[in-house]
Amino acid sequence: MQSIRAQNAVIQWHKQNNGEILLKSSGDWMLDTLKDTANTLDEISRTNRNVHIRWEVADVGRIDSAGMMLFIRSYNMLKANNCTIEIIGAKSEHEKMYRLLCRYAPGASEDMPRFFSCFLKPFHGIGKSSVSFVLDFMEFLSFIGENFVNLLYALLHPSSIRFGAIVKNIEEAGVRAIPIVALTSFLIGVVIAYQGAVQLEKFGANIFIVDMIALSVTRELGPLITAIVVAGRTGSSYTAQLGVMKITEEIDAMRTMGFDPHRFLVLPRIMALMIALPLMIFFADIIGIGAGMFISHIHLHLSYAEFMHRLQKVLAEKHVWIGIFKGPFFAWLIASVGCFRGFQVSKSTESIGRYTTISVVNAIFLVIACDALFSVIFTELGI
Amino acid sequence: MKNTIITVSDVVTRYGNHVIHDGITLSVRRGEIYGLLGGSGSGKSTMLKAMIMLLRPQAGEVRVLGHNLLTVSRSDAAFLRHQWGVLFQAGALYSSLTVEENVGIKLHEYTDLPKALIRDIVRMKIAMVGLPEEAAALYPAELSGGMVKRAALARALAMDPELLFLDEPTSGLDPIGAEAFDNLILELREILGLTVVMVTHDLDSIWTIVDRFAVLGEHKVIAEGTLKEVIRNPHPIVRQFFGGARGQIRSRDGK
Repeated sequence: MQSIRAQNAVIQWHKQNNGEILLKSSGDWMLDTLKDTANTLDEISRTNRNVHIRWEVADVGRIDSAGMMLFIRSYNMLKANNCTIEIIGAKSEHEKMYRLLCRYAPGASEDMPRFFSCFLKPFHGIGKSSVSFVLDFMEFLSFIGENFVNLLYALLHPSSIRFGAIVKNIEEAGVRAIPIVALTSFLIGVVIAYQGAVQLEKFGANIFIVDMIALSVTRELGPLITAIVVAGRTGSSYTAQLGVMKITEEIDAMRTMGFDPHRFLVLPRIMALMIALPLMIFFADIIGIGAGMFISHIHLHLSYAEFMHRLQKVLAEKHVWIGIFKGPFFAWLIASVGCFRGFQVSKSTESIGRYTTISVVNAIFLVIACDALFSVIFTELGI
Repeated sequence: MKNTIITVSDVVTRYGNHVIHDGITLSVRRGEIYGLLGGSGSGKSTMLKAMIMLLRPQAGEVRVLGHNLLTVSRSDAAFLRHQWGVLFQAGALYSSLTVEENVGIKLHEYTDLPKALIRDIVRMKIAMVGLPEEAAALYPAELSGGMVKRAALARALAMDPELLFLDEPTSGLDPIGAEAFDNLILELREILGLTVVMVTHDLDSIWTIVDRFAVLGEHKVIAEGTLKEVIRNPHPIVRQFFGGARGQIRSRDGK
C-alpha cells in the first residue's frame, strides 16, 4: 500500500550534427526527485539560443505540479530565447495536466536590478521609518486630543465618570504593584547607602549619608524607579489588554453600542494611574529611606535615632512634594502611551507582542525625558 | 481495501470525563471528497484532529495511507506529514510571513529546489487558488476572510499532497464565495488527483461537491454513504439535518 519509491528525474541532452539539440527526460518528475534536473535544465535553457530542440518526454513516469512547473518554466525560457521546440511522445495524462497548469503558470519573473536596489536600500529604510515616525506622532497627537475632549466632557458631567472602573484599575495597577515597588525601592536604598558610605567614610563625614539618601530618593530615584517599574508592569498590560480587545473586535462592539472606548477604557486607566502613582512614589520614598537607614546602621554604625534626627533637619517637605508632583505626569505618559499603542494593534496576534514592546520602550524613554526636563526646570527655578 | 486511504475503526476519544467519540468507524476512499457532518459539538473537528495526529484517541485505530497513527514511528510520521495538507478553519497562516513565504515555507524547508523554481511554483499555487498576483507580497493581516482561506489552501497544496484535510472550508464566506471555493476544490481534485476530507455543515457543499459523507452524532457515526443513501436513513438526527427548512428546499429542487 506504501507508494513505490520515486525514480530520480533524469534529463539527458546532446547536440546533433545538424545543430539540433536532443533532450530526453525520464524518471519521475516529483518534488523530491527534481533537484539535479532543475539545475541542469536551468543551465540548458539559459545557454541555448536560436536552435531547434527535440524534447522526448515519453519515458517520464509520474509527474507532480512542481515537475510540470519546471517543464513549463524551461519551455517558456527556451521559447523566449528564440528556440523552436518539438515535444515528442507526451502521454495524454501529462498533456492534460500541462494544459490545466499552464493557465496558472506565472509570467516570466523579472529579477530586480541587484546593484541599485542594494545601493538604495538604506535610504529607502530611512525614508520609510521617518515617514512612519511622523505619522505615528500625528496619530498620537490626535489620540491625546480625543482623550482631552473626553476628559473635559467627564469633568463637566461628573456622573459619566466610571468610578467603578477607576477603583478596579487602581487596585490592579497600584495595590498589586506594591510588593515589587517595595522590593525595588528597598534595593535602591541599599545601593545608595553602600555607595555613599564608602566615599563618606573616607572624609569621616558619616552623618551626611542621611542628606544623600533623603534627597536623592525623594527627589529623583523614588519617582523614577517607581515610574519605570509601573511602565514595565502596567503600561505593557494596558497595551496588551486593549490590543486583545481590538483583535476580538470588542472595541468595535463597544462603539456600535454607543460606549465610547475612550470614556470606558482609556480615561479610567489614565485617571487610575494618575491617582495611584503619586501614592506609590510616597510609599517608595519611605521604603527607600528605611533601607538607607538600615544600611547606615549596619555599615556606618549610625544609630536610628541619630539618622531620624538628621533626617528631620535636612529633608524639607518640598523635596517630598517635588517627587510626588512628578507622579501624575509620569502616570499620564505611561497610561497614554500604553493605551495608544493598544489601539494601534492590528488584526494579527503577532502585533500584540510588537506593540507591547514598543509601548514599554516608549513609556520608559518618555518618563526619563520628562524627568530630565523637570530637573532643569526645578534647578532654574531654584526649588 | 486497496482503494481505502483512511480507515477509522472503533475510535474512542475523551476529554477527562467528557466523551467525544464512542466507537467511531468510517473509511475514506482514494480520490473522493469525503464529508464529516454533524451538529456543533458532535466531534467532527476532533475526528479530523485525530486523523492528522494532533490528537491521540484513547482507543481504536486510525489508519492513514496504511500507517496506524497510534503506533507510527517518527520517520513514518514525518513521511505522512508530507503526504497531506491541512486547511485550518481560521487559516492559521503564519502572521509574521507574507503569503508567498507562507505558501513556500514547506518547499524551502523540505526540498532543495532552486529558489527561482520554488518562487514559480509558489506563484502558480497562488494563481491556482484564485488569488491575484499582488496578494503574494501581503501579510495575512492585510487579507480579507476569503483571501485568507485561499492563501491557506495554497499553503496546504504547496507540496502536492495526496490528501487534503479541510476544516469548515466555506464557513465565514459569503454564498458566492463559498460556491466559488467549492468549485475550486473540485477543480483542484481534477488537476492534482487529491483525496479530500472536509468537516462541514454547509448543506450546499454536501449537495454539490461531497461524494460520500458521515453524519456524526451521539458520539457515533449515525450514517455513512452517498447523499442518496444517507437521506433515506430514518435516524432523527439525519431527519433533522435534511428535513429542516434549508434541507427541504434543496430536496425539492433536486441537485
